[in-house]
Amino acid sequence: MALPSPEEIKTLLETGVPGLRVTVLANGSPSAQHSLLIDREHGCAAAEFLRDHAELRLDFCSNVTGVDWPDTETTEKVKVKKVVTGADGVEQEQEVEETRKTKVPGYLEAVYHLFSMTQKHGPVVVRMRTANRTDDTHLPSLTPVWRSAEFQEREAFDLFGIVFDGHPDLRRILMWDGFVDYPMRKDYVPPADDILITGVKA
Amino acid sequence: MSGPVVDDPIAVKPIAGPGEIMEVSMGPHHPSTHGVFRMDVRLDGERVVRLKPVFGYLHRNHEKIAEHGAYLASIPYTDRLDYLCSMTNNWGYVLAVEKLAGIAVPERAEYIRVIVGELTRFQNHAGLIGFLLQDMGASGTPLMYAFREREKILDLFEALSGARMMCNYMRFGGVRVDCSAEWLDEVRQLVGRLPRFLDEFESLLRANEILMARTQGVGVLPRELAISAGVTGPLLRASGVNYDIRKVDKYGIYDRFDFRVPLGDHGDVYDRYMVRLLELREMLKILEQALRDIPEGPVMDPKTRLRGLRPKAGEAYGRIESPKGELGFFLISDGTGNPYRYRVRPPSMINLTILEDMCLGQNIADVVIILGSVDIVLGEVDR
Repeated sequence: MALPSPEEIKTLLETGVPGLRVTVLANGSPSAQHSLLIDREHGCAAAEFLRDHAELRLDFCSNVTGVDWPDTETTEKVKVKKVVTGADGVEQEQEVEETRKTKVPGYLEAVYHLFSMTQKHGPVVVRMRTANRTDDTHLPSLTPVWRSAEFQEREAFDLFGIVFDGHPDLRRILMWDGFVDYPMRKDYVPPADDILITGVKA
Repeated sequence: MSGPVVDDPIAVKPIAGPGEIMEVSMGPHHPSTHGVFRMDVRLDGERVVRLKPVFGYLHRNHEKIAEHGAYLASIPYTDRLDYLCSMTNNWGYVLAVEKLAGIAVPERAEYIRVIVGELTRFQNHAGLIGFLLQDMGASGTPLMYAFREREKILDLFEALSGARMMCNYMRFGGVRVDCSAEWLDEVRQLVGRLPRFLDEFESLLRANEILMARTQGVGVLPRELAISAGVTGPLLRASGVNYDIRKVDKYGIYDRFDFRVPLGDHGDVYDRYMVRLLELREMLKILEQALRDIPEGPVMDPKTRLRGLRPKAGEAYGRIESPKGELGFFLISDGTGNPYRYRVRPPSMINLTILEDMCLGQNIADVVIILGSVDIVLGEVDR
């Protein structure tokens, strides 16, 4: 059975899960794997709907990973009217060009690639985004829906710092327990490798 | 135990008395873990009541390294993921880049990919069966038989790519060098001899009573759990799920070959062993057809820019059926010369998710063969 298009899945999701907000994100590459951005409040309900829907049957969550999108700054030139005092002491209204910087807050993103083993179709790409990169990096864990997310969400927590609420065993998986930073973030600064620390400080 | 409590993390813990739970740390340096892998096992007598895999000893942040390099520069790094199967690792990566940038592959290159890919799968499965039997106490003989054939396949890889294990052979848009007619003849001769090796290899232990007693009904993985846990490869098919990406996605030219997908009934260690033995036969069928049909022609798409590839902004997920399971690469391009996000979906690591479920209630000695039947390579688990 052919897989419904992302727009069709969006309508299915919106009718199936009340209150869910879905956005289709277009993909510019020739692969044409467009993705569905769902809000994190309804993440688990949407995942269960996708897994149990008779036509979709996305029972196989293949790939779970994080993506870091740091804060960005956009600069735009704006014409502003200003009162300027001229050389002769007369106040004049003039148009002055100013550059304005607006800070767009970044976020962390969890990407799920879903397939169906029974219907043999896929992928359906589902994304969820955190509020920011610093103090609210929570997302609902989809491990109760697909067991395969267990280790992969742990990895996204370990390397990106996404906190998956509802995960049964959220610990670091590749880095050691005492490690503090998140190495896969774009602003991660690796420690200087010309210093060799021997022994552990008390 | 009486006496003062010593707060020393490396103090030797007392051996558990009757009815007590004993904690054993298996690995990281244990011959049965196939690398630096550790399992925190809790035992009630000899019965496993809890098992937590611990890994990351080989972690070098492969993904971060690849995000700092050009698209071409990552190909030799992928060799080191599953270091027994560098050809299929290359294939998974170049397939994802081809999807991302919309690159076409010439026909002859597709055939060469199938030939080297199936040879890789052959030496992986034969080696794994050898290791599995070694873990069960069949010291030496099956493993040496498997390695004798593996050696011949690695010689062919060396003649083709210059390296036995770190082949670095495939490129997006084709393969690095063409193969000669003599090389194809050598492969034909080898493929003609392999069925006899398989007969011998199977008859060694397939109907052995001890092997059956050790493997049948051990480490059972139910079908529903296997699907939910994202298990792929021979481990999944041994649980009776008909899901082979060569059949489902038909990537490359796999729709042209006639081969069957062996499936298990019980999902135990014996089924995993048998599924791999039967897959070895099917690989030879694919190899025979590919060697018969391979056309002449170029092996690289002339329009592809290997150096300085800058795909349009976008993303792609490409996956292949590697010998261990679904090997996927997820790439996000921001239009520059190196990937914004590079992610490997490692089948070895995801297949370990259900290791605890398979081991609960089994004996500690069975943990060794259950892990052996999963087929992991730590270079890929830890990345």
